[in-house]
Amino acid sequence: MAEAAVPKKKIDEVPEKLHVWPYLVRLEFLCAIVTIVALAVWSMVIDAPLEEAANPTKTPNPSKAPWYFLGLQDILVYFDPWFAGVVAPVLIIVGLMLIPYLDVNPKGNGYYTYHERKAAIWIYCFGFLVLWIALIIMGVFLRGPGWNLFMPWQFWDPHKVVALVNVDLPYAFGVRTYNGAMLFGGIVILGYFAVGTAIYFFMERKALKSVGFLRMFLKIQLLLIMVGIVIKIVLRLGFNIKYVWVTPWFNI
Amino acid sequence: MASNSPKIPGIAELMDKIKSGKIFTEIAKEITESQIWTSTFRHGYADTPRNRVLQVVSNVWLHLHPVKIHRHALRIKFTWCMGGITFLLFLSTVVTGVILMFYYRPVGEYAYYDMKYLQYDVPFGMLMRNMHRWAAHAMVITVWLHMFRVFLTGSYKPPREFNWVIGVLLVTFTLLLSFTGYLLPWDQLAMWAVTVGTNMARATPFLGNEGPFAEYVGATPRYDVRALLIGGSIVGPPALLRFYVLHCIFIPLVAGALMIVHFWRIRKDGGISGPL
Repeated sequence: MAEAAVPKKKIDEVPEKLHVWPYLVRLEFLCAIVTIVALAVWSMVIDAPLEEAANPTKTPNPSKAPWYFLGLQDILVYFDPWFAGVVAPVLIIVGLMLIPYLDVNPKGNGYYTYHERKAAIWIYCFGFLVLWIALIIMGVFLRGPGWNLFMPWQFWDPHKVVALVNVDLPYAFGVRTYNGAMLFGGIVILGYFAVGTAIYFFMERKALKSVGFLRMFLKIQLLLIMVGIVIKIVLRLGFNIKYVWVTPWFNI
Repeated sequence: MASNSPKIPGIAELMDKIKSGKIFTEIAKEITESQIWTSTFRHGYADTPRNRVLQVVSNVWLHLHPVKIHRHALRIKFTWCMGGITFLLFLSTVVTGVILMFYYRPVGEYAYYDMKYLQYDVPFGMLMRNMHRWAAHAMVITVWLHMFRVFLTGSYKPPREFNWVIGVLLVTFTLLLSFTGYLLPWDQLAMWAVTVGTNMARATPFLGNEGPFAEYVGATPRYDVRALLIGGSIVGPPALLRFYVLHCIFIPLVAGALMIVHFWRIRKDGGISGPL
């Protein structure tokens, strides 16, 4: 009881800067020991998987990419491979690299804060936790044969029948000719980006001078693409829309 | 026997030294003042501010650190320790990976049986393989968490923009390292996961045979960016060899070079981030 009266740490007496030896090095050493012990114990307890020898004539169902790519593989349900497998990863990498150059908010540099940069935190958390991590968890545990969705308690039935009733967006709106559908889809996609960009520039018109046109333009394009992926997922799951824009060269 | 001892000169003094424990200080003095010791360690061990500084700046393994560090940078709650753990896991995969390389041949006929050999016949082979694989998977997770922490603390903001860019490249190379290693066991899991992954390259715009606008470039299944990556039109022995070289030589070298830049830039950009 007597000790409780004494303050645990006399913070004022500790200088602002400390010697790396011993204060940081000992911490790193401890972290290293804990990590290595955890890794060693884990490796003694759980064996790495080794299935039967590679056989190009025997395709497993489902065939899954390594778990860290399953978010992208899940996007394949909603997009063609040129987008889900190539353009989307490139956009993710480039978009991440651009973050420091697009986010000009000087606040929240070097400390945790939500209130000083709400939008940035929301966008990153949505992209990382929902579009990346949640899709990976879904891909690992809930995607079964035929890449169909199975709940954990459901049997992975390789013969599960899923009705393919998807139609393209122009078709759903009554456009029946091929060229008409191409025109309709193009207007929808390009219109989405044009209107989204225009609204953003109008709402942030005061920031244009300080932030700059190129920054704001790139920022809203990347955001519209990210939101667009979500819209496409909703259109597919909720309204059975296959493609929005069908062209002889690519489909979106 | 006591009457015999004076016959050997100095034995009484020696016994005194041993009994009083002085012998240890004398041996220690003898060692620490020897040429071998003083040429190896450039400073004393006494806990003085000077020695604390010298401990860091005169040690090649520690000299990447600054001599002093802000108090807040020591808080695990701030750093999550994830960058350091990622690097440690990378080093673990290097050590275990080199050991695995002694037993593994990246040849279609041998690769899978070398895995079996490693698992059942090589002393500690299974443990080395387990540690290699789990460290690689853990590294993917810790590098994501490191990136998440750096984002949440806004540490990519000026003057650290460029180091964030290097960091994004390192995340990418971490995934590529893991992905190229995924093929090497040459089992069903490996072959089909990599088939799924590399099939995406088929759809690369312009450069993949099934990608948009490929017909204008002339890409074919045997002559496109996927064929370049896997050395053929299916994931076969040439892909195994390519992924092996990429996994063991090319990507580690590139990632290592980027790590050097990444760590160096932390110092040059003013140390670990913190409230200004």
